[in-house]
Amino acid sequence: MGTTQTFPLKQETDIVVIRQQVRKVAEQARLGLVSQTKIVTAASEIARNALIYGGGGEARLTGTQRDGRSAVHLVIIDHGAGIEDLDKAMVDGYTSGNGLGLGLSGARRLVDDFSIRSAPGEGTTVELWKWR
Amino acid sequence: MVDRIPILKMGRYLLLSIQVDMHDQLALDLQEDLTQQIVKHRAKGVLIDISSLEIVDSFIGRMLAHIANVSQILDAKVIVVGMQPAVAITLVELGLSLEGIATALNVEKGMRWLERNVDEDLSLECERGDDPDLSAEAGD
Repeated sequence: MGTTQTFPLKQETDIVVIRQQVRKVAEQARLGLVSQTKIVTAASEIARNALIYGGGGEARLTGTQRDGRSAVHLVIIDHGAGIEDLDKAMVDGYTSGNGLGLGLSGARRLVDDFSIRSAPGEGTTVELWKWR
Repeated sequence: MVDRIPILKMGRYLLLSIQVDMHDQLALDLQEDLTQQIVKHRAKGVLIDISSLEIVDSFIGRMLAHIANVSQILDAKVIVVGMQPAVAITLVELGLSLEGIATALNVEKGMRWLERNVDEDLSLECERGDDPDLSAEAGD
């Protein structure tokens, strides 16, 4: 328990690898099928955002404990332009590109704990938790 | 990694089953392939089986919606079948409603839906006598 694996996020196929690894750790943490599906989907959304809008970065994945429950902890980091207005970016349907604008807001609904840190010029870090 | 999703032609229909974890480019290629095949085979219906898909994120959801829209313009009906319950629950919470996309529980129900909807269309056109070639075509 508690080993952190780091995965690169440089190209589209890396998103697939991250999804598969999150699924594996979620299974090991014995999350239910719906919870597994939710964290994998959230990971996919955030990883794609980091790649498309943030120019890529990396994902750090840990199977761990949170308040005595087995949990998946995923941190996705990019070194892109950052997000100027975080509140606006978290609203359903808001997009700075040509997506659906569901990535951030949707991913937040799918996980048990969500945090995002970003500043213009400093990239974006999104932290996701899902526990049993 | 797989670089193409096979599309099968069966009579007036095109069938495809997505059985791999698609990367984004693969989804975009599928969209394009399918559009070309609809025109090439003058397909009247498309059945997309996603029973092996373990997630549908906003990208794949958008691809499905796009396929449904384009097919409609090309006069082909689309039905998406076999979505896993956990995927459906996740989609709703993500905020994707897949509005405008017909769905069925499994391939059999999906085929029945296509038969029903495509036949209705054909008989309407026959009544109006829109297309003299139609009776010959419907029989192949």
